[in-house]
Amino acid sequence: MTRTGVLIETGEGKIKETNFGVLTAARGKGGDNEVYALLIDGDAEALKAELCKFGVQKVIAVSLASGDLAASPEAQAGAIAAAAKEYDLKAVMGLASTIGRDLFARMAASLDLPLISDCISVDIDEKSGVKSHFSGKTFATVKVDADLMLCTVRPNAIEAVEAPVDGEVLSFSATVADGAGVKIIERKKGDGGKIDLTEAPVILTGGRAIKSAENFTMLEECAALLGAAVGASRAAVDAGYAPHAMQVGQTGKTVGPKLYLACGVSGAVQHFAGMKTSKVIVGINTDKDAPIFAKSDYGIIGDIFEVIPALTEALK
Amino acid sequence: MKIFVCIKHVPDTAANIKLVGDNGFEDSECKFIVNPYDEYGLEEAVSLVEKEGGEVVVVTVGKGAATATLRSAMAMGAARAIHVQTQGQFLDSTLTAKALKAAMDQDGAADLIFTGKGSVDTEGAQTQYRLAAAMGLPVVNEVSRLTIDGQKATMEKEIGGGEREVLEMPLPGIIGATKGLNEPRYPKFPDIMKAKKKKIQEMAIGDLGIDENAGASQLVKLEAVPERSGAKMLEGSVQEQVAQLIKVLREDEKII
Ligand SMILES: Cc1cc2nc3c(=O)[nH]c(=O)nc-3n(C[C@H](O)[C@H](O)[C@H](O)COP(=O)(O)OP(=O)(O)OC[C@H]3O[C@@H](n4cnc5c(N)ncnc54)[C@H](O)[C@@H]3O)c2cc1C
Ligand SMILES: Nc1ncnc2c1ncn2[C@@H]1O[C@H](COP(=O)(O)O)[C@@H](O)[C@H]1O
Repeated sequence: MTRTGVLIETGEGKIKETNFGVLTAARGKGGDNEVYALLIDGDAEALKAELCKFGVQKVIAVSLASGDLAASPEAQAGAIAAAAKEYDLKAVMGLASTIGRDLFARMAASLDLPLISDCISVDIDEKSGVKSHFSGKTFATVKVDADLMLCTVRPNAIEAVEAPVDGEVLSFSATVADGAGVKIIERKKGDGGKIDLTEAPVILTGGRAIKSAENFTMLEECAALLGAAVGASRAAVDAGYAPHAMQVGQTGKTVGPKLYLACGVSGAVQHFAGMKTSKVIVGINTDKDAPIFAKSDYGIIGDIFEVIPALTEALK
Repeated sequence: MKIFVCIKHVPDTAANIKLVGDNGFEDSECKFIVNPYDEYGLEEAVSLVEKEGGEVVVVTVGKGAATATLRSAMAMGAARAIHVQTQGQFLDSTLTAKALKAAMDQDGAADLIFTGKGSVDTEGAQTQYRLAAAMGLPVVNEVSRLTIDGQKATMEKEIGGGEREVLEMPLPGIIGATKGLNEPRYPKFPDIMKAKKKKIQEMAIGDLGIDENAGASQLVKLEAVPERSGAKMLEGSVQEQVAQLIKVLREDEKII
């Protein structure tokens, strides 16, 4: 049994779905680890029930003795590190999201401890994790020698399994030394309501075949029914059909959803570099010889302008 | 203005990685490049110096063969290079950061340090944070927009779902660059020729008092990601194929 902490990320006051896979991993192979959820924002009492469903025994509402936690990534990392010490945690894990990647790297650097980032599986007993090396071409098993194991987990990589327990909320006020001075001064909202590509359980990606920015609404309509995010290939981004933030691949986002639908994407290596670890890949392409089919799980030879509307209709 | 840019010598992302033994790969068989994200940092540094004067120094910790990668970086506009030489390709990021710091300390302080957001071989995205902690400097990673105003940097990073975060830090500081910051230039022939004459200062990592095998993390196994053996092609009319797809995703794969 190992006492393990999980940094919980919230969005608009709710727990992000992707946390539940991390909580599942935190329970360990035997499922008997004592799991502490660390919250640096959100209402701990309100979120407790959902966390306990996934085996959380203690919900720690982390705050700062003085200073503004929300505006300082250094203070956030310092506060989590302080909580790990206070509760004698032997492992702390979180999501390999933009926020998680940043906070765990800060924490690892300030504590001078190793960090296994973006794991697709974790073995807390062995203090090891499996992660991608060489843009999804190889899996590396990395083992650390440290009293406190730190790792981040790729969103959707580990399946969430419930294990309800009774839990309680504890408050922890951290005293953190002044950092070197990074301040968050503003959060600019995006188009609103969009699901983060790197955390989406399902992704529909439009390639060059989509032909225009307007045609992306066809994918968005279908995505809405699947709870999916919409991505784009580099060819679609370069042609101006989609913003760069939507690009999947070597120079775009690395994603690992449960389902990846490549719509009019040829399947170049640089595209695969960003989505190879998806659980199920479906290719939709007019060309039966398109490389995408060689590396997908399911294929539909067809015109996306017929297949996608038909899929949308069928899902309704 | 003096700017250090940390660049890593990495296999081309399109290269085939031939695995050797439990945790190695045949590096003589693949092409190496400047880590793509580091190029954004390098481009930013070179254009800052073009505007305001000063010097860009690239620093790498890597095997002997990294010389070629340093030449590519100098062809993009760096004035000179520092090469901390190692025996192996995989170095614990704590040790890399120590070596980078030691090399920079010897060279003298800079106004700004760029890195990439992460390296495409080991995908750690942490060396810049360790360097920052060791040097007592602030760091912001995944920067895709940057304004420098005297002793202050204002940066933007994407935080998902189309949201952007605006951050500020005092300088000197460390900036982890990513796509969006700029378009790295393609060196022209004269730049490549000029780069051949630029200075590379070499030192062995051991001479900086660092044992490259003493890291707290260890790569125990490297294995190929299993390739899919080809798609199961769905058949019938568009409607039939779509119906089959929904059925397998619901019943067999249980993902929708
Ligand atoms: C250094 C470098 C980095 C790169 N980084 C990335 C990256 O991050 N992401 C990325 O995606 N690419 C990247 N690329 C580019 C990559 O090599 C490919 O050029 C790109 O992925 C192609 O995009 P595509 O599949 O949309 O377009 P294409 O290759 O043009 O493929 C379009 C496909 O659509 C099919 N098609 C056409 N009409 C229809 C229709 N009506 N219905 C169905 N199918 C149709 C065609 O048969 C074809 O297979 C990179 C390249 C380099 C050199
Ligand atoms: N061996 C190295 N030599 C020089 N810079 C490095 C080295 N390793 C990492 N870096 C820098 O640190 C960043 C993050 O690397 P990593 O932590 O390996 O993902 C890279 O983008 C580089 O800028």
